[in-house]
Amino acid sequence: MSDLITARTIAIKGANGDSIEAYLASPDEPAPRGSMVVIHHMPGYDRATKEMTRRFAELGYTAICPNLYSREAPGASSDDAAAAARASGGVPDERLVGDVEGALLYLRGLDSSNGKVGSIGFCSGGRQSFLAATSLPLDAAIDCYGAFVVGEPPEGMSWKVGPIVDRAATLNCPLLGLFGVEDTHPSPEDVEVLAQALKANGKEYEFHSFENAGHAFFAVDRPAYRPQAAVEGWEIIGDFLARNLST
Amino acid sequence: MCTYATEKIDVTGSGKAGSGWFPLTTATVYFDHPVHAQAEHTLNIDFLAPERGPSARVAVELTAASARELAAAIHVALESAPPELTV
Repeated sequence: MSDLITARTIAIKGANGDSIEAYLASPDEPAPRGSMVVIHHMPGYDRATKEMTRRFAELGYTAICPNLYSREAPGASSDDAAAAARASGGVPDERLVGDVEGALLYLRGLDSSNGKVGSIGFCSGGRQSFLAATSLPLDAAIDCYGAFVVGEPPEGMSWKVGPIVDRAATLNCPLLGLFGVEDTHPSPEDVEVLAQALKANGKEYEFHSFENAGHAFFAVDRPAYRPQAAVEGWEIIGDFLARNLST
Repeated sequence: MCTYATEKIDVTGSGKAGSGWFPLTTATVYFDHPVHAQAEHTLNIDFLAPERGPSARVAVELTAASARELAAAIHVALESAPPELTV
């Protein structure tokens, strides 16, 4: 089987029909195959997130990462774009859902698609992955340590982000959650609140909380990186996607 | 975690980025994940001129301890000058 992967920047239709930048990574085989929407974290559409996008291609999925800051800072470096987006109030939830929907429709429209699409996000992206899965017809969703799915954000937050645990009732697909036991946002208590909400609504979910790991344990370029948790986490992600996105 | 909380103020002055000096109009201050500094969270300041585009930006990422020392040093510097000059 060919291990050829191609990756490049493209344009897709996002929320409100806006043209937004996205990073597409695609393996040559297999076909047909499942697809992934990678939701970047608040620091931006950056090298580390693009590496993760390519990783899904290496795993056999077509993967796309929409640039959520395309409108605020087209063509800017990822950190300048994140700063500009932050200064103008951040990504509204409704717009995020529209951009993920655009990515989902793009992926399902590819000849190589088997029709199944999942989402994954890390940190703020984890919350957004859960949000997308409660709003869109996704086939799988992964929330990596998303804060403020449960619990109120601090007072005075300029970014309009609120808890969305009540949306558990409209979760459309199996949810994989990966968390660090040492994390405070979300804390183990927050994770349990979300689990109980999913259970109460009869939703399929699978949560893993890693010892000796806190927030951002997948981030290879941060002090928070925890190789053992990350390696095990990627294996769990691979198994979850194989069960939910296979042809 | 991503903290989201952002202080945003109008500023008057100039900043120097890779492309040279430019007038500043805005500063955002937030304690959140850094991009470059090797810490889980830093006090980040973006000095901006939005009308000149997102790359018109002078950015710093400081540990909380360094940020507190900077804040104190700013006050000391201002107070050391004749008051009529710092109105």
